Amino acid sequence: MSNTDFVLAVEDLTVSFDGFKAIDALTLYVDRGELRVIIGPNGAGKTTLLDLICGKTRASGGSIKFKNMEMTKMAEHKIVRSGIGRKFQTPSIYENLSVFKNLEVSFPRGRSVFGALGFRCTDEVKTRVQSVADEISLGDSLDVEAGLLSHGQKQWLEIGMLLMQEPELLMLDEPIAGMSVRERELTGELLQRICKGRSVIVIEHDMDFVKRIAHKVTVMHQGKILAEGSMDKVQNDPKVIDVYLGH
Amino acid sequence: MDSIKSWLARSGMGSVLILALIIIVVFPLTMDLFRLNLVGKYLTYAFVAVGLVMLWGYGGVLSLGQGVFFGLGGYMMAMFMKLEASDPETTKIQSTPGIPDFMDWNQITELPLWWEPFRHLPLALLAVLLIPTLLAFIISFAMFRRRVGGVYFAIITQAVCLILTVLIVGQQGYTGGVNGITDLKTILGWDTRTDEAKYILYFVNAGLLIASILLCRWIQLSKLGTLLLAMRDKEDRVRFSGYDVSMFKVFAFCLAAMLSAIGGAMFVLQVGFMSPSLVGIVPSIEMVIFAAVGGRMSLVGAVYGALLVNFGKTYFSESFPDLWLFLMAALFIGVVLAFPNGLAGLYESHVKPRLGKRKDKPAAGTDSTPSSDAPPATPLHSGAPHGGKPLARTALPDGVQGTSA
Repeated sequence: MSNTDFVLAVEDLTVSFDGFKAIDALTLYVDRGELRVIIGPNGAGKTTLLDLICGKTRASGGSIKFKNMEMTKMAEHKIVRSGIGRKFQTPSIYENLSVFKNLEVSFPRGRSVFGALGFRCTDEVKTRVQSVADEISLGDSLDVEAGLLSHGQKQWLEIGMLLMQEPELLMLDEPIAGMSVRERELTGELLQRICKGRSVIVIEHDMDFVKRIAHKVTVMHQGKILAEGSMDKVQNDPKVIDVYLGH
Repeated sequence: MDSIKSWLARSGMGSVLILALIIIVVFPLTMDLFRLNLVGKYLTYAFVAVGLVMLWGYGGVLSLGQGVFFGLGGYMMAMFMKLEASDPETTKIQSTPGIPDFMDWNQITELPLWWEPFRHLPLALLAVLLIPTLLAFIISFAMFRRRVGGVYFAIITQAVCLILTVLIVGQQGYTGGVNGITDLKTILGWDTRTDEAKYILYFVNAGLLIASILLCRWIQLSKLGTLLLAMRDKEDRVRFSGYDVSMFKVFAFCLAAMLSAIGGAMFVLQVGFMSPSLVGIVPSIEMVIFAAVGGRMSLVGAVYGALLVNFGKTYFSESFPDLWLFLMAALFIGVVLAFPNGLAGLYESHVKPRLGKRKDKPAAGTDSTPSSDAPPATPLHSGAPHGGKPLARTALPDGVQGTSA
């Protein structure tokens, strides 16, 4: 596979579970600074695609290149360290730790065993935690135990934990699921802000939300890409209407 | 004064100080040497229990094979002392003088090469610390790399226990077999069986135990401690935050192994023998019981657990020789069913709030108003699924949040 200017180049990616091809020869390119939304019916393979990129699931074939580095054989924590952050579908935070601790733990320093032993929470770390917390509207709740946050706040906290790592590619799996209208708006604004200087991939079902944030939309169906392009173009694609939007 | 108080409360040092006071001052003053020596023996188990707090309570990895490391540490120490006790002069009636008696009984005529390093105290002490840790590293690295965890890991540690026991019993000529290594007398000519030596060893043991607790507390308060708690809660989140989760578990396992080995060595010094009965599956599970009874999130609790269970064992077996095993089982089941966080959990949920209330009364209006614990009500809050309901602070024991020793 040749080198590209894309931040993420997924080429001919295939994964099969007991013969069922969850992702079938999929090719996808994401630009620097792009906010890409992936939509598709349930079981289309959207979450599996993110799992493959971040190394949670291993590919049966094909390649995933991030900044022209091959990711398919790399250990998960190394993929993260190379600059890919992933938010899970259900908020995945440390419920028993405070908001501050949740963010502090995600600070990308002291990641080895002995590094963690010697890690000190310096002013630099504190400033960074505060600025990220402000970004996700949790600036006043640093001492709150994360388990006590509302569902929407938990979603933000997990996004904040990813922001602490300053990833170049951020992958968000249904970030607004379970959020109120107001929280959706705020999340939309948050996504617009954080895609400055980095690429973001979002999986989402809410079409109004997608319309508001997406630079480009990819429609997946049965492990393949059905259509790709601007929201308008995709919405008027007869194939897409047939499998997804029309129903 | 207030700053010292708040530091004590924050770091959980108060409870460590109380424990130190009890085992270093109160016990030696109130007990005769026989009982004190018994307590010293129980405190060597406490090393294992403290290790289990780090491994099981914090790391979420249950090992049912800590006896392996306790035993190895003990055997390393015993080998040194046995060699010293087997000088050619005292063993001149043997067919090969100068080797341990059990080797002579098994028609071994030459000291095996791997026993040689144990002629030297520094090497033996190094072996006590490093060999069990190395074994722990090999086992845990192989397992955690393959993401073996939970029950499967516990079963494998049991298997290691069994293997080591069978090996020790089977290789009678090299290990002393079922009898173990007995008749240990001196270290570098210093007789460990005198009353004075017993006192000194008791204090060394107590000092090492307190030092181990402080080390573990320091680890708990570091980022590594936070990560262990985080891993137990959401392992994938830690992994996808760029941490090599398996290495952190390996570290916890090695730490627990090293502490157990120190306990084993101290056991040999105070009790004067080592045998496979301290390596096997049953003692390994007993050690988990100590940690469970004391509270698996509490380092100090683990020590009390080890003391209490062993006192109970001694008391029950003296008073009800036929019933004591059943009573011990009842104690364990009772504790686990009624207070899953052990004695420490009981203290946090029942005793501490009452103590706090009494203290707060004169100084009304301190910062303990419950509302300060709830998240500030932001406008965003209201629309979320749980938003409308008042969020009651669940009564988690402090240890679960990693704020107490």
